[in-house]
Amino acid sequence: MVAVLVLAPFFVYPVFLMKALCFALFACAFNLLIGYVGLLSFGHAVFLGGAGYGSAHAAKVWGFPPEAAILFGTLVAAALGVVIGALTIRSRGIYFANITLAFAQMVYFFAVQAKFTGGEDGIQSVPRGVFLGLLDLRRPLTMYFVVLAIFLLGFLIVYRAIHSPFGQVLKAIRENEPRAISLGYRAEHYKLIVFALSATLSGLAGATKAIVFQLASLTDVHWTMSGEVVLMTLLGGLGTVFGPVVGAFIMIGLENYLATLGAWVTIVQGVIFVVCVLIFRRGVVGELGRLLRRPL
Amino acid sequence: MGQLLIGLINGAFYAMLSLGLAVIFGLLNIINFAHGAQYMLGAFVAYFALQWAGLGYWWSLLLAPIAVGLFGIVLERTMLKRLYHLDHLYGLLLTFGIALIVQGVFRHEYGSSGLPYGIPSQLSGGYNLGFMFLPTYRAWVIVFSLAVCLATWYVIERTRLGSSLRAATENPALVQAFGINVPRMITLTYGFGVALAALAGVLAAPIYQVNPLMGADLIIVVFAVVVIGGLGSIMGSIVTGFALGVVEGFTKFFYPEASNTVIFVIMAVVLLVRPSGLFGRSTRAR
Repeated sequence: MVAVLVLAPFFVYPVFLMKALCFALFACAFNLLIGYVGLLSFGHAVFLGGAGYGSAHAAKVWGFPPEAAILFGTLVAAALGVVIGALTIRSRGIYFANITLAFAQMVYFFAVQAKFTGGEDGIQSVPRGVFLGLLDLRRPLTMYFVVLAIFLLGFLIVYRAIHSPFGQVLKAIRENEPRAISLGYRAEHYKLIVFALSATLSGLAGATKAIVFQLASLTDVHWTMSGEVVLMTLLGGLGTVFGPVVGAFIMIGLENYLATLGAWVTIVQGVIFVVCVLIFRRGVVGELGRLLRRPL
Repeated sequence: MGQLLIGLINGAFYAMLSLGLAVIFGLLNIINFAHGAQYMLGAFVAYFALQWAGLGYWWSLLLAPIAVGLFGIVLERTMLKRLYHLDHLYGLLLTFGIALIVQGVFRHEYGSSGLPYGIPSQLSGGYNLGFMFLPTYRAWVIVFSLAVCLATWYVIERTRLGSSLRAATENPALVQAFGINVPRMITLTYGFGVALAALAGVLAAPIYQVNPLMGADLIIVVFAVVVIGGLGSIMGSIVTGFALGVVEGFTKFFYPEASNTVIFVIMAVVLLVRPSGLFGRSTRAR
């Protein structure tokens, strides 16, 4: 995967790749929650969008260099994640989905009205700046490799979290929470930690995205964005390591090609949702894994 | 007083929509994400009936719930039925997909601007109450939706049909063993919940215009209402629906900046104090 991604910008439009990478990281972070703890959050756009506002504001108004701006945005998402997680983590299943959604909508309305977010306009023309004082991000290729590095870092964190004793406990909670508790694991602590981790990594994706596109807007906090990340993960394969990456690339690619058709994007997304839920629940990578008879 | 009226109107829609969600959730255990889209469909059926068949408001009030309810029944029979043995989250995802398709198709055909729908001539005009002006149509919406909500509550909580419905919520296998056709009951219940959404759509058409996205954001507020009232609680959804509409109306008057968020703030507080909602029984683990 790394080799393909390193060579890709020489063949494919880098901005498209950067967008796909940001969403791939977002979907991986989201998958950490639904795929490994079985919690469906329908409000993850908050962390993507909130971090986007954080980093855009830091870079534009406070004049932070890009690495500090991204760090600040990520911290914003982490803080949001801890607060929202602490309030929602006691619920489960449909309740959890509903409640996260409502919180996300609350933050959305806040973003519409607050002054620093620029309302409908968002924060525009955010400077890209010079990364660590060395790498000039105004050159697309440099920007691409920085994004790639951030994506790989996030992906590694997710990978390590899954393949660790911590990840095993998460799976135990997903399969049978009362039993995990009776074995002495504090299920709610684990769930809160993974929720915050997922929020932080979503924030990393959002903060990077804001720097790449020099824009933080309402689209990223709206609940349709939360729906989109569910779709990416579902299409790629819930609970697979590479699934969200594949799903994100497919969805962003589709959006790119269908962009001129307006409302058709929504229709196609809806159809993919229905097909995935009815007959394709393992997703692309999940099905591949079944054909190859090993988990991917 | 004006704000109180607007609040009551919004509350009437919240109550009808969250009632439909509660009925569906009670028996099917799924959150019907397509509820907003079905509300929108109800309004569009009224619009089509007027444009193509010349059928007025009163016919639509009858026809739209039936048409959209049938659409719901078809959805349940062909798609939702296959998901009952799975995690309930898949039902949510499926209905979300359906909502995207329906809203996408209508947005493609009609854009996102509103189409006007007139108030029926019998209900135009208004009364001057001395301290405020009361448009007849708005009074009608409040009274009619309250009647529908209470009738639904009566059927579910006080009749024999309702008691078998509630029994099927608790233990479907046992109720089936008593010779009641539970799958058919589930289908009809989904159809009924959807029909309620469509009915609300027709009521809303003259007030808010007919718009492909009219249900998209409303449904999120209704979800919050349902969470506050307690998922699956019939009376809870009616009372909280109206109450929150009024609270929202007053907030708009005293502190307009918070009017969009107040319901979500209330939800957060309620969740901290009573995680299963104001009227909910304790959350069953599932």
